[in-house]
Amino acid sequence: MSNDPMISQKVELEKAVTEQKKLTETGPASLPKQLQGFWITFKTMFKKVNTVQYPEVKEPTAERFHGRHQLNRYADGLEKCVGCELCAWACPADAIFVQGADNTDAQRYSPGERYGKVYQINYLRCIFCGLCIEACPTRALTMTNEYELADSTREKLIFEKEDLLAPLRNGMLPPPHPMYPGADHHSYYRGEVTSTHPDQEVGDKLAN
Amino acid sequence: MNASSLIGKDPGWIILLKGILVFAVCVVFTILSVWGERRIVARMQMRLGPNRVGPFGIIQGLADGVKLALKEDIIPEAADKIVFTLAPVISATTCFLSFAVIPLTGKVSFFHHQTIMQLTDLPVGVLYILAVASVGVYGIVLAGWSSGSTYPLLGGLRSSAQVISYEVAMGLSLVAVFILSGSMSTGDIVDSQNHGWFIIKLLPSFAIYAISMVGETNRAPFDLAEAEGELVGGFHTEYSSLKFALFFLAEYVNLIGVSALATTLFLGGYHALPGLGFTENWLGGWFTLIWFFAKLFTFFFVFVWLRGTLPRLRYDQFMQFGWKILIPVNLIWILVVSTIRTLQIENTSKIYYIALLVTLVLVTFIVVTFRDKLKQKKQKAFDEMEFEPVDFPLPQLTFQSEKDLNRVGGQLDE
Repeated sequence: MSNDPMISQKVELEKAVTEQKKLTETGPASLPKQLQGFWITFKTMFKKVNTVQYPEVKEPTAERFHGRHQLNRYADGLEKCVGCELCAWACPADAIFVQGADNTDAQRYSPGERYGKVYQINYLRCIFCGLCIEACPTRALTMTNEYELADSTREKLIFEKEDLLAPLRNGMLPPPHPMYPGADHHSYYRGEVTSTHPDQEVGDKLAN
Repeated sequence: MNASSLIGKDPGWIILLKGILVFAVCVVFTILSVWGERRIVARMQMRLGPNRVGPFGIIQGLADGVKLALKEDIIPEAADKIVFTLAPVISATTCFLSFAVIPLTGKVSFFHHQTIMQLTDLPVGVLYILAVASVGVYGIVLAGWSSGSTYPLLGGLRSSAQVISYEVAMGLSLVAVFILSGSMSTGDIVDSQNHGWFIIKLLPSFAIYAISMVGETNRAPFDLAEAEGELVGGFHTEYSSLKFALFFLAEYVNLIGVSALATTLFLGGYHALPGLGFTENWLGGWFTLIWFFAKLFTFFFVFVWLRGTLPRLRYDQFMQFGWKILIPVNLIWILVVSTIRTLQIENTSKIYYIALLVTLVLVTFIVVTFRDKLKQKKQKAFDEMEFEPVDFPLPQLTFQSEKDLNRVGGQLDE
């Protein structure tokens, strides 16, 4: 008899009704409970506010926050990007445009055969999903924590290669310049090149 | 010399100056209160609120006003253009009028002229305020109707129904004040509170007035007329630019108006707190202005506090509360007050007071038991209710194949 759907339905309904009554208790008896709410809002007035005064005060983002992209370099300044376009293919928003070109002995931008000649990211389209980072085979493309990416024109928000390239640091040499003496692109990739060599410094003679 | 005769001696230029001052005070207070409200509510939500325009963001209201005035003024195709323009004007003019009879100070010297900071003192001052407030409803209902759009129409109807309903409760709660003070003039009512404010003597009246003034001004938690989530913007959905600014202004001036009336009728107006009466003579009597505004700010703070704390009521609950609780309770209370007053005037023996007390207790007892009986009866009826098995008119399922059929374990209908 307890399996009678009518009875179980009624029991459930009654349960729901009593629950409802508990929640929406009204009348003078519930006044102290209702006044509790007033106390909470009053108390909150004297609590520390959560607001960050943004342009004046900037709080660091989460460590792995997806911000503006960066094109990384090897320790001697050569670019990691090989112009493979995998990032562009991975991009769901079609925000990346890459055009690769061949390295020559006179004009070497990256170890190995190819380099990214044109590299554009359109920040009006980018959704900061990071799929391009996952796609990159040489770890050339990573993301920084920089989030201030507003501007006044559409053109300014298409970032070119020079906007995205990592700055030269620790005596890095600006490409084009030759590879580390005795190294090939495999040793670069394995991280065996950790500094620059004097032979890599090229004068106007080689650059032209 | 009493208040009305003092005001009656004002020369024309002082009356004009007072009129301008009333207007200026209302507008400035509106600008400040928009800012103040946002700041206070923000604090209640652990935010800062507007703090950019001017020191502490204090002229945020002014900046918003300028922005509103510079926006494009749109009149919808379907709108009745004349009424559409007239509605905000009605709202914004009537809201200022009630301030004319509010005494802001005691006797002061105003440009070497003994007077009271009150534009005029009518023998029926409080009735005049109620009348003016009622005219203000036209602004709302006409705005809703003339917009030629559904949401404003609904919002306007809700708003006017709300204001009219709560005006009844409001008016009734003032009756007790009239009975006790024996006058409807605001000046006389303030004077009659010299020995005890009416908030103490007439606490139920004050409570009802305080609740109904929130309903009257369409403020949270009674802001059903402008329920953003339900009605877009309510009656002013189609309004933009200066016309919207006028409604905005009207709302806040109304808020100040009802607070000022509450101060005058229940909190002793410009009088100092009991025991601090000596301060009333400070600054040549101008210190009373500070007392008045201190009380006004308290009301304003409570308004903001309510908004920060309570969720919006459902429309039917709100109407039930007004008509079925506030008004009946008010009527009984008026009966009690008038009985006591009559007994006082007649100077009868104590027996009658005891009789009144006994009657009240008896009536309460009967009402409570009757209510409980009714509740029990309802519960019993609910317990004995027979529930039908679920039999909703569901559409007949048709199965395409045996596979579908096996999945739900049914029979193929031919």
